[in-house]
Amino acid sequence: MSANVNTSLPLEFQTEQNRMNILGFWIFLGAEIVLFATLFATYSVLSTRYAGGPTPHELFEINGVMIETILLLTSSFTCGLAIYEMHKENLKGLLTWLIITLLLGLGFVGMEISEFITYVHEGATMQTSAFLSSFFVLLGTHGLHVSMGIGWATMVIIQMVKRGLTPVTARKIFIIGLYWHFLDVVWIFIFTFVYLKGMV
Amino acid sequence: MTQVFGFVLSLVLTFAALFVALKTSLSFQTIIWIIGSLAVVQAALQLFMFMHLKEGEDGSTQTINIIYGVFIAAVTVAGSIWVMSFGM
Repeated sequence: MSANVNTSLPLEFQTEQNRMNILGFWIFLGAEIVLFATLFATYSVLSTRYAGGPTPHELFEINGVMIETILLLTSSFTCGLAIYEMHKENLKGLLTWLIITLLLGLGFVGMEISEFITYVHEGATMQTSAFLSSFFVLLGTHGLHVSMGIGWATMVIIQMVKRGLTPVTARKIFIIGLYWHFLDVVWIFIFTFVYLKGMV
Repeated sequence: MTQVFGFVLSLVLTFAALFVALKTSLSFQTIIWIIGSLAVVQAALQLFMFMHLKEGEDGSTQTINIIYGVFIAAVTVAGSIWVMSFGM
């Protein structure tokens, strides 16, 4: 599978294996779109069933949500810069931007966890109402994706530090980059159709 | 540089959505259509400017796959809302 090498392409596209893996990852992302669609559909249907519990108006705080949004949006940008440095074969720049990306991601997860804890203290738990069940499942699935992305990227970074920038490590960095941008795409819809819609 | 342009545009779209949702007195329906459209534009921006969906040898295969995913997503969400809106 390592035959058919084309060194005129960026590192991550140089081998047949790499091109197949990247195409495969796009197919996975197609399935992820559908996974999140089922959760958005559930939330959209149940989002007004409060069962006497708190409503989005009482619960959501715009300041925290905006900070989460900016953190994730900026991390998507710094992740793009990391890939840009990788294409210039600047290992130090790549590492710096990747680590900044992950720190922003950690900030996002931390904010989200404290948001959930606040909700639970206000009596808004998963068991309170259909609105909150579907809210926590949708947001929790996204937050879990971000958390797993941080763990995954950390392992890829360790491998890259050990082996240097090769077609294999470049492909792994490129793929985690796609994953990270995708999580921001999902967040755009959460921001719009969960938070903003709930606060209109 | 496209990355910086994409980032600035994303920020503008995010704050535009925030403004329309919280600072205007348009009808609920109108607001949802406007902020929904802004979200779609921003998602497309991420896909094309940051993820380079159409680039690479398999660009068209990737694009068709993602369009199909988006189609299934739209049918699932719109279909669920449509079906469940009866009898409410």
